[in-house]
Amino acid sequence: MKQGGFGVFLTNLRELRGNFRSAYRRHGPPTTERARSQTVFNNFFQHIHATRVHPHSLRVTATWGLGVALASLFFILTATGVLLMVYYKPSTALAYDSIKDLHYIVPTGRFIRNIHRWAGHMMVVCVILHMTRVFYTAAYKSPREFNWVMGMCLLVLTFGLSFTGYLLPWDQLAYWAVTIGANIAASPNELIDALGLPPVFRVGTLQKELLLGSSSIGEDALIRFYVLHVFVLPMLVFIVIGAHVWRVRKDGGLARPGGSPTPAGKGVGTMDAVPAGPAEGPTRSFGLMCVVRDKSPAVGVNPDETVPSWPFLMRAELVVFMGVMLLCLIFGLFFDAPLKEPANPMIPENPAKAPWYFLGLQEMVSYSAFVGGILIPSIVVIGLTLIPFLDREEEECGVWFSGAQGRRVTLLSVLVGTVLAVLSVAIPVSFGWLRDWFPDIPQIVIIIFNPGSILTVFYAVYSLIILNKMRSTRMGALALFTCFLVGFAILTYVGTYLRGPNWDFYWSQSQWPIH
Amino acid sequence: MPGRLDPEPIARRDFLGLAGLWAAFLAIGGSVVGMLRLPKPRVTPEASSVVRIGKAEDFPPGTSRVMLEHRIRVFSSSEGIAAVSLICTHLGCIVKETADGFSCPCHGSKFALDGKVIKGPAPRALNWLACARAADGTLLVDTSRDVKTGTYYKA
Ligand code: HEM
Ligand code: FES
Repeated sequence: MKQGGFGVFLTNLRELRGNFRSAYRRHGPPTTERARSQTVFNNFFQHIHATRVHPHSLRVTATWGLGVALASLFFILTATGVLLMVYYKPSTALAYDSIKDLHYIVPTGRFIRNIHRWAGHMMVVCVILHMTRVFYTAAYKSPREFNWVMGMCLLVLTFGLSFTGYLLPWDQLAYWAVTIGANIAASPNELIDALGLPPVFRVGTLQKELLLGSSSIGEDALIRFYVLHVFVLPMLVFIVIGAHVWRVRKDGGLARPGGSPTPAGKGVGTMDAVPAGPAEGPTRSFGLMCVVRDKSPAVGVNPDETVPSWPFLMRAELVVFMGVMLLCLIFGLFFDAPLKEPANPMIPENPAKAPWYFLGLQEMVSYSAFVGGILIPSIVVIGLTLIPFLDREEEECGVWFSGAQGRRVTLLSVLVGTVLAVLSVAIPVSFGWLRDWFPDIPQIVIIIFNPGSILTVFYAVYSLIILNKMRSTRMGALALFTCFLVGFAILTYVGTYLRGPNWDFYWSQSQWPIH
Repeated sequence: MPGRLDPEPIARRDFLGLAGLWAAFLAIGGSVVGMLRLPKPRVTPEASSVVRIGKAEDFPPGTSRVMLEHRIRVFSSSEGIAAVSLICTHLGCIVKETADGFSCPCHGSKFALDGKVIKGPAPRALNWLACARAADGTLLVDTSRDVKTGTYYKA
């Protein structure tokens, strides 16, 4: 019989809805566990999840939901950022006014801008906290080393996003914070001059020009920051987040101690070893089993220990997302993002402060721009990245502080880190530093001996002592990481609350001279 | 004849495949390296760094004038006229005049009147700038060219 004709057409029209749905969803309605698992497995947007997860991964204390919070924040920032782009004009003459319009004229503009600003701050907080939790639960160990490295990329990119966004309003805050930032990029010159090398070696000037497209902040700098902020960096973050979350799944789900108890009193789960496949698969043709790595979720895990991702994981993700949304809404409604006077290249803000997460650096920068702004941050970033390669001890992952000994080391390190960091501020504030004692001292001496560099060396030596005494690289890493966190927190606090006009020390803002 | 039992050191197809791959990488890499030149302009877009500050007669010995719009302080003595930059050599804030010199609001550097660092993180003295005289007699200061501290311009 011949197909077609008016009747068939009508039938197709009638069945359009059902047919469309089944074309889109290949497995029937996701009402059974099996159909849901199939959906998670086959759907492009969902296959970033494993089909089943271990209950340990769903515990609040395992992750504090921080990774998902970060992904949610990135999503919120993208959505609000696109809305801001509708009005924002990246030019020195118009930028400030367009932000002002957004704030005072555009319907919901202020709300959207507030959310974008606070979500950005929250993302910086969460990225630090997430790194902290991954570190303390030893979740960077094999096979997750590379995911830690990708995480470090995300950390740096997140700071980059915040910093580039900071310039866009083109107000006093923005202009002077970025002036300082750009001159930090130029600060290798300080070392080169101090060593007495000829001016050709002044790489700092090159770095600054690449960043600003000019030798001072103007139209070109604004466009560069804009392009980085709205396209280049978000795109990179998006790609790396995708790979990062994918690796979480491919590295066998979240790190967890072996034999974690299953929920609801079902007793301790077993980790029955599944016989390994052939060590090396056939090379010409192979089945899927040769491609799947042995630590993948489906292999080596007793399936009875896991729960389906749909609904358990998705529910958890939704809760975190809603929580983050709620915080953003509250902040957006009740706290306005600041907007100072328009940028004025003649009069710096006093005090001119960088965004809060750089104030610890600003504290160190106020001895030597190169050491505080480039050398120590680079050492920290490289040091953090190398952690999983320098501490390869095999131990149970997913245990906070790696047990009682680790907790003791961490506590001790909090103490040592605090004392050293406080001293590094208190001594120069009360007694001055080298230049106050020897006015003609060459800069190179200050580059080598300043509170920042001495603090760093003390932290490193302390951690090496711990490492050697405990005969454990993990304990050494715990000591160093804890010192770093405590030092970061204290210096940030000092820079934020205890430094006033002329970067002088004040116990409280009410003592600032009126000017 | 090389065959299955007597293979070539590198199979012909593998060689061709690898060659193709490398060609593609080289092409992409070459383009990227070429484009890396883009972000550094040959000419920076600022206004000219040479500024006019007035006639020599306006600066009799003993004058000192802060010209905030040019970020310089111009002063003169019996030795001549000099211009000192007000851009802090630490991280580029604009220093403020105080009773006995200059202080920087950003990280607390202090400078003497001649620009010497007295206190704080600034690695160098404030820059002394090159002065000159235009054909019509106006004094010029080149804000991008520094001269040795203590170099006065005999107008
Ligand atoms: C934009 C930033 C980031 C996003 C969106 C992100 C996202 C995630 C997500 C969703 C997870 C799943 C588990 C969880 O919620 O904790 C995760 C795990 C992980 N993250 Fe991140 N992350 C980011 C930054 C970082 C940073 C800065 C590091 C460390 C340097 C890092 C290292 C890791 C590692 C090693 C895991 C596996 C942890 C485990 O197996 O227990 N991530 N990340
Ligand atoms: S910019 Fe002047 S002290 Fe830092």
